[in-house]
Amino acid sequence: MEAPPRSPSPLRLSRAFWRDERFIQIAVQILFLALVIWLGSVALRNMFTSLRQQGLALGFDFLNSGAGFDISDALIAYSSSDTFARALQVGLLNTILVSLLGIVLATILGIVVGVARLSSNWLVNRMAWVFVEIMRNVPLLVLLVFIYTAFFLKLPRARQAVSVGPVYLSNRGVAVPWGEPTDTWSLYVSILAGALVTGVLVGFAMRWWQERSGRPRPLVWPPLLTIAVIAAVGWIALPQPPLTLSYPEIAGFNFQGGRVLSPEFMALLIGLVIYTAGFIGEVVRAGIQAVPKGQVEAARALGLNPARTLRLVVFPQALRLIIPPITNQYLNLTKNSTLAVAIGYPDLFAVSGTIINQTGRAVEMIAVVMAVYLMLSLLTSLIMNWYNRRVRLVER
Amino acid sequence: MKRALGWLIAIPLLLAACGGQQAAQTGQPVEVTRIVEVTRVVEVTPAGGSAPAQPAATPAPAPAAPAGFGETLKAIQARGRLICGVNSQVPGFGFVDSAGAFSGFDIDYCKALAAAIFNDVSKIEYRPLTAEQRFAALQSGEIDVLIRNTTWTLTRDTDNGGNFVATTFYDGQGIMVPKASNITKLEDLSGATICVQKGTTTELNLADQMAARNLPYTPAVFEDANSTFAAYAEERCDAVTTDKSGLVSRRSVLPNPDDHVILDITLSKEPLGPMVRQGDDQWFDIVQWTVFVTFAAEEFGITSQNVDQLKETDTRPEVRRLLGADPNVDLGAKLGLSKDWAANIIRAVGNYAEIYDRNLGPNTKTAIPRGPNSLYTQGGLLYAPPFR
Repeated sequence: MEAPPRSPSPLRLSRAFWRDERFIQIAVQILFLALVIWLGSVALRNMFTSLRQQGLALGFDFLNSGAGFDISDALIAYSSSDTFARALQVGLLNTILVSLLGIVLATILGIVVGVARLSSNWLVNRMAWVFVEIMRNVPLLVLLVFIYTAFFLKLPRARQAVSVGPVYLSNRGVAVPWGEPTDTWSLYVSILAGALVTGVLVGFAMRWWQERSGRPRPLVWPPLLTIAVIAAVGWIALPQPPLTLSYPEIAGFNFQGGRVLSPEFMALLIGLVIYTAGFIGEVVRAGIQAVPKGQVEAARALGLNPARTLRLVVFPQALRLIIPPITNQYLNLTKNSTLAVAIGYPDLFAVSGTIINQTGRAVEMIAVVMAVYLMLSLLTSLIMNWYNRRVRLVER
Repeated sequence: MKRALGWLIAIPLLLAACGGQQAAQTGQPVEVTRIVEVTRVVEVTPAGGSAPAQPAATPAPAPAAPAGFGETLKAIQARGRLICGVNSQVPGFGFVDSAGAFSGFDIDYCKALAAAIFNDVSKIEYRPLTAEQRFAALQSGEIDVLIRNTTWTLTRDTDNGGNFVATTFYDGQGIMVPKASNITKLEDLSGATICVQKGTTTELNLADQMAARNLPYTPAVFEDANSTFAAYAEERCDAVTTDKSGLVSRRSVLPNPDDHVILDITLSKEPLGPMVRQGDDQWFDIVQWTVFVTFAAEEFGITSQNVDQLKETDTRPEVRRLLGADPNVDLGAKLGLSKDWAANIIRAVGNYAEIYDRNLGPNTKTAIPRGPNSLYTQGGLLYAPPFR
């Protein structure tokens, strides 16, 4: 501890400048910055020297040359004659798909688990506890490899596929019925957009009515009903249904019709979802438990029923505590999706690995991959921080 | 955000720096070479007219300067062991047994190199690498030589910063299917799922061949040989493709080897051989001539059994030069090795036929007919330049 600051006297001013606290503060910062720059420049120089010695040049032109390899799960049209850049896009879309689906499903499952952890039902409570402990204590890679090799690869062969209704389970993946767009699909998309806008407007109208009348009005179901009605009327009114369902059938080696979700994709998605849900469950539980009991009692005293107490009093307060750590879990999920490489799902990282191998451009590709994941993470943080600001306690 | 981007760029550089340290420390001879290059440029410019003749203080984009000649051998000798990048999952070529010992055709070439340098085959550190890791490991200097059934292609010879030295095994890509599937030709595989290993030439050849025949297929791409063949064994895919040698070798470790058949089609040429880093020509020569020693030994009938005897008694001049029996010729010195380097190689691992038979011969589980991997005198492709 420093001595308490004395009143500045003319004598003190003559102190040597390197003992001046302000000077030291700035000097240390400059020194640190210089150290960082020096380290960076040494690393940079080193890299260029060794690249030059090996006769390699940096550049991104190679991304425009033909890839030459095929990718199994492509969301956009892709063939081996497309460029490396296109292959990277395929990988990126796969990463985004699995991350988005993973975040949504993990949140739902996580909230269920978190609430179940607080259940007064012994069985539900214990089951949730066991789930959380397993997920939190098994490495994700082990979990993924287990789900893939011990579950999906052990499913029956395609010809002996297990059918659950129209869904087929086999070690070629999960074949599900899928809507095939017809000529009227694009028109129907605009009808759906219109329905969504109308639904939101109805929601605002109900709210306005509630505030004006001062009495509780239904806020949730009228907008949903509006959307559903418009969507249904649009479907029937169009001369041709916008989607025809195609059912999977076994033909030749694989399934024809429907959509086959590859075992790699399913294993990755399920692994990421249950693993992350274990953590989210604990976050949710902690958030709910952190709301003081007095709040609940006060709400009850005001005459709110238990459902309203949870929705209007407990949850808004819990949310403030839940959002920041849950953002971390979302980021983790996105980053953990790179483990796809272990089970052969062509995400961004897996595709870039192939490109590195085919072109030898390790430095460029790793830089690209890191930049993309950074971008994804920053985007997620941006959205979550915006949401966090909305729900956080407004201090007056 | 800007700060984060700065870090983002710094991290790969740091990684590269770790790998490139060795190269950077020995930068002295490089500088000298560069100056020589630059003066030449300056001499040329006055011919163009008014270029001021000033000393080139800041050399503009310097041409690729060779990493010091002889550096690799020096580093290996100082370290006391050879670091060999190998495969650990292909029986017959590079495989780790349950006791942790490496064996195989490629492994024997690592041993041959260690014998040439140290006359001691135990002075090797094996680095098992996946197909995907191998070139980065070679580029970064993590390994001295890559002997891991790697196919020689133009891009790999240039962009990957390495040089292939010789072909030790002439291979071709094949396809294996379950016998019960009754598949006999590529066209039968239309619409099939095919397992393939990531980052290999086979992945590219498969895409080429299927596209040329306009056959739709789904690739199932896996990280290493083990997971590729495990997925095939579980019938995740209808067929599996890799080099024919790899198929033979992996079939031997499938649950029921006889239930699988390798189709009588060859998708590509796959010349496999050792690869070294670009820049060190001495090391390139050492690896190349070590391979040639095994070819020549078979041609001259020198084996691990009779090498010491022939060194004393043989009168053929080239054999005497090869084995270091000629008092006036020291071929080893030209490579920076001892005079009896070739004799040491042959004593340790034998000639090409011995290496082949030990790992891929008819009495092994991974028997592959020699086919093109015979001496040129027997209609094969193995040919060693003269030892002179």
